[in-house]
Amino acid sequence: MKITLNGAPRDLTGPSVQDVLTEIGLGTAKVATALNGAFLPAAARPETTLSDGDALEVVAPMQGG
Amino acid sequence: MPVFYGTEVASPLMLGTAQYPSPAIMAEAFRASGAGIATVSLRREGGGGQDFYRLIRDLGIPVLPNTAGCHSVREAVTTAQMARELFETPWIKLEVIRDDDTLCPDVIALVEAARALSGDGFQVFPYCTEDLSVCGRLLDAGCEVLMPWGAPIGSGRGLNNPYGLRSLRAHFPGIPLVVDAGIGLPSHAAQAMELGYDAVLLNTAVAKAGDPVAMARAMASAIEAGKLAHGANPIEARDMAAPSTPLFGMAVLG
Repeated sequence: MKITLNGAPRDLTGPSVQDVLTEIGLGTAKVATALNGAFLPAAARPETTLSDGDALEVVAPMQGG
Repeated sequence: MPVFYGTEVASPLMLGTAQYPSPAIMAEAFRASGAGIATVSLRREGGGGQDFYRLIRDLGIPVLPNTAGCHSVREAVTTAQMARELFETPWIKLEVIRDDDTLCPDVIALVEAARALSGDGFQVFPYCTEDLSVCGRLLDAGCEVLMPWGAPIGSGRGLNNPYGLRSLRAHFPGIPLVVDAGIGLPSHAAQAMELGYDAVLLNTAVAKAGDPVAMARAMASAIEAGKLAHGANPIEARDMAAPSTPLFGMAVLG
């Protein structure tokens, strides 16, 4: 499954967003997600499956002003 | 102390968490200043986000996530939704930027995003200009706080338009007002408080100072001084001198 993860092309197994997070080592991390530009709540990650061409953003708390 | 959306915070100093020499110095700056709110952001997880999350939780003060860098309503709304889930707060410092050189807010998009977010249960802290009409529109859109800039973010220029900020204070006496951005020196922060503002939000002036911890303390002291001065009803400035020492009783010597 070829998706764009945080702006970079990746070939991942998935198929769910939660599976992808686990695959990249963020299965239990404090992160938020957006799929194709729309917010994807944490509760919806297990039943949301990804397809080729999807763009997934995974963000975390960061310094800010 | 300032009350934002029914929550009283411990200090009128709202401090950013970016650009410090180290996480330890950042944490010490917060402790030294007694800042009441910590501003934070969201960025792609590339390592470091989890440690940072623990660090800010350990500060033990309310967190205000921002939408820094967003240029459209859609970006800002999506960022706010992610921030609400991640930081478990309805508070959002709403930034929608139009111009990258000045980081001037896109006030039209800002109002639209503020309306959408307020309607979705967010408590919006809009980073705005000091324009009276725009601020009125933001209140109409559901904002209960206004955060006009003093000067462009990171510029350290202080209050570019004290007249406009004073006018805003006079027009919206019951609304919590925060000078957000542009502060360079403690005297700038004091001036904002002397104008009757409820709080000051700053980051760069502390984080990029040679001694951030000392500067954080200086900002807190200045904010306290400005707040006391506003409450003490300062005298009006005048053009001509007015002797403070009584003339009556002066010896005739010449």
